[in-house]
Amino acid sequence: MKPSILENKDVWAGLFLIAIGVVAVVIARNYTFGTALRMGPGFFPTVLGGFLVLSGLYILANGLRSDEKIEGSWPLRALIVLPLALVLFGVLIERAGFAPAMLVLIFGSGLAGTDSRLIELLIFSVLLTALCAIVFVWALGLPYPLIAGF
Amino acid sequence: MDLFNNLIFGFSVALSLQNLLYCLIGVSVGTLIGVLPGIGPLGTIAILMPITYSVSPVGALIMLAGIYYGAQYGGSTTAILVNLPGETSAVVTCIDGYQMARQGRAGPALAIAAIGSFIAGTFGTLLIAVAGPPLADVALKFGSPEYFSLMLMGLVAAAVLAEGDIVKSLAMVAFGLLLGIVGTDVNTGTQRYSFGVSELTDGIGFIVVAVGVFAIGEIISNLGGSEEQRVFTAKVSNLMPSWDDMKRSIAPILRGTGIGCFFGVLPGTGPAIASFASYMVEKKVADDPSRFGKGAIEGVAGPESANNADAQCKFIPMLTLGLPASGVMALMLGALTIQGIQPGPQVMTTRPDLFWGLVASMWIGNAMLVILNLPMIGLWVKLLQVPYRLLFPAIMAFSAIGIYSVNNSSFEIYLTALFGIIGFVCMRLGFPLAPMLLGYVLGPMMEENLRRSMLMSGGDATVFVRQPISLAFIIATAAILVVMVLPAVRKRRGEITG
Repeated sequence: MKPSILENKDVWAGLFLIAIGVVAVVIARNYTFGTALRMGPGFFPTVLGGFLVLSGLYILANGLRSDEKIEGSWPLRALIVLPLALVLFGVLIERAGFAPAMLVLIFGSGLAGTDSRLIELLIFSVLLTALCAIVFVWALGLPYPLIAGF
Repeated sequence: MDLFNNLIFGFSVALSLQNLLYCLIGVSVGTLIGVLPGIGPLGTIAILMPITYSVSPVGALIMLAGIYYGAQYGGSTTAILVNLPGETSAVVTCIDGYQMARQGRAGPALAIAAIGSFIAGTFGTLLIAVAGPPLADVALKFGSPEYFSLMLMGLVAAAVLAEGDIVKSLAMVAFGLLLGIVGTDVNTGTQRYSFGVSELTDGIGFIVVAVGVFAIGEIISNLGGSEEQRVFTAKVSNLMPSWDDMKRSIAPILRGTGIGCFFGVLPGTGPAIASFASYMVEKKVADDPSRFGKGAIEGVAGPESANNADAQCKFIPMLTLGLPASGVMALMLGALTIQGIQPGPQVMTTRPDLFWGLVASMWIGNAMLVILNLPMIGLWVKLLQVPYRLLFPAIMAFSAIGIYSVNNSSFEIYLTALFGIIGFVCMRLGFPLAPMLLGYVLGPMMEENLRRSMLMSGGDATVFVRQPISLAFIIATAAILVVMVLPAVRKRRGEITG
């Protein structure tokens, strides 16, 4: 039974490389390519982009032949929650201070797991935030206000 | 007697109270993360690198190196006691080490692993001290064409020898090289791939890439797997190996050391390959190969020595040529650059304290691991009971603080999140990530040397094959590629890395 093309590992891998390569080459067209004697800033990226496209095509063709499926699952929850927690940290540490940013980051990332326990996670977030505040802000002297405005 | 004087000088640097402390911190953190599955030396070194900004370059390198070889020790501890390799290098140790533990001989297994690692570490350190200066002397005569060809060889070898598909590894090198040239072009001032974002004019931060891919991406990937069952075997009671154990182990330890040193200087081969090779050899030369897999102490002594010797020897190309042979060495190189030290053969003459101090500290660190960590094994194993559901939010917290503290830039936090996703996608699609990091580190230097060579030769590309040293590197590069494409080697390689 042939797996669907949507699950074909090397088809996706090939497309991934081709996409990077094409973007690299297209953008590099804005930079001077130069000559062999005086290579411009466009030379190296164009060569690399071209290599990515070629290897992408090779892997894509390989994938169509071998039909290898992608291993492992795609943890959609973690894939969304973890980057989101980092972004919230970035926003909060500038606007609300170190403590709220850390609390949200630790508690938020904890929710990415499938076996998180809310009470335990909440206590852990508070303790770890306190520990980090002591170590990084108080002992190592990183210049972040614990809560903005104080 | 130069070697002797140099080593004495190195010890005088490494034995300062401050550097001893950094060494101790490094090996302890290393053991800790070696014991804990789900976080490896790559991620840890990347996360902790910002802390080393305020430390002297010697201290920073001593600590980061300590994390690296400390992790090997920690990894073997869990392999023996729980049948769970904390690091990939300890996979082979599980085979006979865990069997020994089940027979109630966990103590001798742990002790032999530590003693073997220590002996291997001693030889590795000596080899660096002996081989380093002459190699650096040769490298000092290199011009741009030689450097370009050397980097090409290093990158191709690293990609080809790394685990996984060769074409995918090479593509990852190219991807890394591209990431490396983001920012302002040094020759013309042109902005490349910075999309008008002011934070990108200086390029993508080294720590952003490393933490994003190796810490965040790794966590996402781990959360997609299933929680492994951990079964503790027995209490560690008697640590001392018997006289018979010692006699059986000494030859495997020495052979493992040799094998590890050999694979160590090759780019791209992780410690896992050295320990596999050592296990194969021990099984071949044994009087009674059937004992292997049933708790043969030779199966612990050999591979454990091999992976430690490999880890130490990986420093040789990094320190003498400025060429990273593995992902961890790429991080070390990054740490040097961040400290304002231009890596390369001149480091040994301009900063002898750095080279000899690091060499001496590795021996001291190995001794610390035997003396301090062996009696504390019970404590380390307790740490295994920390559930991953609490461990990964803590890793996220340390990653975020580490990155933000570098430039106080929220943009870099967002970029890290993006690299986490990229890293995860690459893992699932079967792309190895270490080659990407090597390419990223070497990208700017490689382009610079290419352009300079072409300018000096008047636009004649044959300059790379006209200079004898450069030609040798090019031939070696071609040979590596040809050999690896041969079907017989391909098959064997599949068996080893499988």
